[in-house]
Amino acid sequence: MISREEVQHVARLARLHLTDEEAERMREQLDAILAYIDKLRELDVEGVEPTAHAVPLVNVMRDDALVPCLPQEQALANAPDRADEFFRVPRIIED
Amino acid sequence: MVTLDPTRLTMHELAEAYRRGDTTSTDATEAYFARIAKLDGRLAAYLTLTREQALAAARAADARHRAGKPLGPLDGVPIAYKDVLCTEGTVTTCGSKILERFVPPYDATAVARLNAAGAVMLGKTNMDEFAMGSSTEHSAFRPTRNPWDLERVPGGSSGGSAAAVGAELAAAALGTDTGGSVRQPAAFCGVVGLKPTYGRISRYGLIAFASSLDHIGPLTRDVRDAALLLHAIAGVDPHDSTSVDEPVPDYPALLEGGVRGLTLGVPREYFGSGLDPEVEAAVRAAIARLADLGATIEEVSLPNTDYGLAVYYIVAPAEASSNLARYDGVKYGLRAPGGKDLIDMESRTRAAGFGAEVKRRIMLGTYALSAGYYDAYYGRAQKVRTLVRGDFERAFARVDLLVAPTTPTAAFKHGDKADPLAMYLNDVFTVGGDLAGLPAISLRGGFTATGLPIGLQLMARPFDEARLLRAAHAYEQSTDWLSRRPNLG
Repeated sequence: MISREEVQHVARLARLHLTDEEAERMREQLDAILAYIDKLRELDVEGVEPTAHAVPLVNVMRDDALVPCLPQEQALANAPDRADEFFRVPRIIED
Repeated sequence: MVTLDPTRLTMHELAEAYRRGDTTSTDATEAYFARIAKLDGRLAAYLTLTREQALAAARAADARHRAGKPLGPLDGVPIAYKDVLCTEGTVTTCGSKILERFVPPYDATAVARLNAAGAVMLGKTNMDEFAMGSSTEHSAFRPTRNPWDLERVPGGSSGGSAAAVGAELAAAALGTDTGGSVRQPAAFCGVVGLKPTYGRISRYGLIAFASSLDHIGPLTRDVRDAALLLHAIAGVDPHDSTSVDEPVPDYPALLEGGVRGLTLGVPREYFGSGLDPEVEAAVRAAIARLADLGATIEEVSLPNTDYGLAVYYIVAPAEASSNLARYDGVKYGLRAPGGKDLIDMESRTRAAGFGAEVKRRIMLGTYALSAGYYDAYYGRAQKVRTLVRGDFERAFARVDLLVAPTTPTAAFKHGDKADPLAMYLNDVFTVGGDLAGLPAISLRGGFTATGLPIGLQLMARPFDEARLLRAAHAYEQSTDWLSRRPNLG
């Protein structure tokens, strides 16, 4: 069973503001989904290698060559708030 | 001369009609926009239409055709893109409020390759928000309806693309498949949906959901069109280091040859409880047909099938929780007002911008990756993913292809799967292909008594798309399923 406190803790980690009502509904739904997922505990996975990717890949190398990148104006074009050539955000450091 | 309705044609028929001068790309494009204007108010397959741009592209294609120098078989063919694929200068929402006004500065590689082949973009199609869902009811804008029965869902998450192709509102479309999101809506809307091998098509410009599972795939009227689209967009891409440098066969040229000499495996676990009897009967009849066509049929076992879904609902949300961390109200997308500091602004923005299903998956993924739970959930799921892959490897040591239903039932009604877990169970036969990265296709395998399409699924070894398409083509050509059209007035 996942608790209300755990739900709010995870919501803070995920940067999601949840109302108490939303948190309670989320708790019930996560509980049901996790109960289903718990069937994975039935299996013996001792010594089984994890799969992170379906296709076995090793490092893909390329030449260390200069190539054009996204121009600054385009990179900033979708910003919700900007100042000159910067993304503007609410104050982070307190006075 | 007979009046030809270009919206009735497959892509390859349209290319032939252009070549003969029976119609033009401009006429076909106009005909599609007229049909969209007439029907899409009811279907809601599209989120954005790109009429001016499309007509300009069509005129350029017509000039090339008139000069006898078309760019290839897709030159001037009107198609649609799921709104998860970035299109330069055209708003790309991903079905989400958080990207409602996002205008990408570049094209996805698949889109760029189709532009270079002369394809005409009609618009961007509706989808479940961030491709999370199996009904397109989780679109932040409006639900898409199934062209065969407007009370039913088109499937998802590529429901807009499947409905557009099924209702003849585009010659073909691209979708994406992370747990079944190309094949399941293809099955529900009676079109062909192909999910190729992981790495076969570049993911560059595909807005990430679960990076180890996301695949781009075509949705088309027939198997030949799927081969044409795959051929145009497959291949390694320097912008996606997970795209694989394997040669791209000429898929359309390899369609003939039939199934004689092939061994098809029937996975026992795909025929258990929960499979609708009408779907089972149709798939069994299709298997009998494939045997008549000369294939050898053999029963196989994929013992970890049931666990695949549980693996998927850990791995995909875990990857999503990380991928979706970028929507922080800083670089692009929505920013909610009133944040008193950076974290408060981010938390408010994400609360306002994401819908309920996306929040649920971010929470589930964050929980599964959080301290104290990582080994129990994510670590264990990755190991069971190895077992699921092993099932397929053992099966494909004995057989060439697998044949199975795409979904447990035909299209369900809007509102029928309000419980998240009930919705998730709909992916039980498709997630395996994503977890193992195998190529798989869904095509028409019959109809229910009430006239809903039933999906037949074929799966193959990695990079064996040519054989997959050949068998699908042989089956399709042996039936008259393609003669049926939805009755949309």
